[in-house]
Amino acid sequence: MPLPGAMEKELIKLIAKKPATEMYPFIKVEPPEGYRGKISFDIEKCIGCGLCAKDCPAGAIEMVEDERTKLKKRPKFIYSRCLFCAQCEESCPRKAIKLTKEFELADYNKEAMVIDV
Amino acid sequence: MSVEKRIFKIPVGPQHPALKEFEHFVFTVDGERVIDVGFRIGYTHRGIEKLAESKTYIQNLYLCERICGICSAAHQGCYAQTVEELADITAPPRGTYIRTLIWELERIHSHLLWLGVAAHEIGFDTLFMLVWRDREVVMDLLEMISGNRVNYAMSTIGGVRRDISDELKHKILKGLDILEERTKYYKEVCMKEQTILARAANVGILTREQALKLNAVGPTARASGVDVDLRRDDPYGAYDEVPFNVIVYDTCDVLARVLVRVDETFECINMCRWLLENLPEGDIRTKFARKIAENEVVGRVEAPRGELFYYIKSNGTDKPERLKVRTPTLANILPVCEMLKGGYIADIPIVLAGIDPCFACMDRALFIDENSEKKWVWSREQLRIYSIKWYKEHGNEVVRERWKQ
Repeated sequence: MPLPGAMEKELIKLIAKKPATEMYPFIKVEPPEGYRGKISFDIEKCIGCGLCAKDCPAGAIEMVEDERTKLKKRPKFIYSRCLFCAQCEESCPRKAIKLTKEFELADYNKEAMVIDV
Repeated sequence: MSVEKRIFKIPVGPQHPALKEFEHFVFTVDGERVIDVGFRIGYTHRGIEKLAESKTYIQNLYLCERICGICSAAHQGCYAQTVEELADITAPPRGTYIRTLIWELERIHSHLLWLGVAAHEIGFDTLFMLVWRDREVVMDLLEMISGNRVNYAMSTIGGVRRDISDELKHKILKGLDILEERTKYYKEVCMKEQTILARAANVGILTREQALKLNAVGPTARASGVDVDLRRDDPYGAYDEVPFNVIVYDTCDVLARVLVRVDETFECINMCRWLLENLPEGDIRTKFARKIAENEVVGRVEAPRGELFYYIKSNGTDKPERLKVRTPTLANILPVCEMLKGGYIADIPIVLAGIDPCFACMDRALFIDENSEKKWVWSREQLRIYSIKWYKEHGNEVVRERWKQ
């Protein structure tokens, strides 16, 4: 039979330590730089080309009529469908879309989970 | 009517919350010994291959990534690599290096996750908690690089999507030091700790001949003495430049599968260091045309669980005509049935976990006692609890018998 285990030392060391779990809702950990969270959209930069809607893998972007852009269209983001891949940010030729660090997006109302400007 | 002759069926539905994935096994048992194993797969069929035919090549990047949560980078990287070959473009060296780095970091996280799961299956929850705590280090590194903990979305057709800055490089190297130190400790635990040795040594034997005959892949094959590793045998990405050793053990049991994965983690850490230190300068991606001419290509990568296979056929449009995926767990299903034969019922959870099943978690196991025709159905959690309890009662004799061999 082999000698007794190798865990004891480690376990004694851990007695004095705090738990590794962060008490999440009370203590918030800042996500790192470049985190892919909620979409922010700048209508000023948008030209209404529709590339973001074409490339979105989840169908989370719909193009709606808008007078403010060059091609009279703008994207409407339904982020309850979004899978946060940031492909729209990459596809946008005018850098109008950016993914922010905001990640607490749950809502009771599905209709409210839309980014509309 | 005696109780033994009655047939019991205790159904535990497919939507049981304690279950992770769906898989059906039928074990024929004589007392405590498993005589025969049957299985039925297909409970988690999601129609991804068909769905891929209706999406563009760019959209499919994120669909393929979601085939598996643990080896998402392997799936996405393999898809991107295959489409690159399909369109006849090559990713620039820096892009290939970063992609390889992500693959190796993912392998570290997958192997540590598996070690924790294996410890949990044998009732060694202290090790499970400690390993998963330290796995957070590599998860944080991946989050820093890619912006997400699980679905990294790093590979794209023609390279990778994000660059690695010098500041980030330092952070990764620091994290790798912590990981190396911790993995050293876990190797010591796996070699010395009686709890693991008693439950893993000489359990779930798969001989070299069986492994070759049944086409085992990945760490399962390497633990049975089969020297296969796609990274060396058919180099892709930056693997033809990175120095590394292929870990092979020939004791053919669950302990060998544990040690193969722990040793591979060391290799991964060294490979990540080498990749970061030798990161070439230049672009990270090339441009590609959305439409791909008629062609068909087979792509393979070594995912953390074994060989992953992609077949893509294009037809001149921006959507693939056919996409076929063969995951490593499918190749390891037949070997695991062979491993289970002749073992105890209580060994089933750890032997099944030994192949690192991806979609092959057992949701309902149906037992047939040959002599009394008694049937009953167990869920995975019930079986785990049963196995821990059984070993508490019978452990000493069984382990003594095993050490004699």
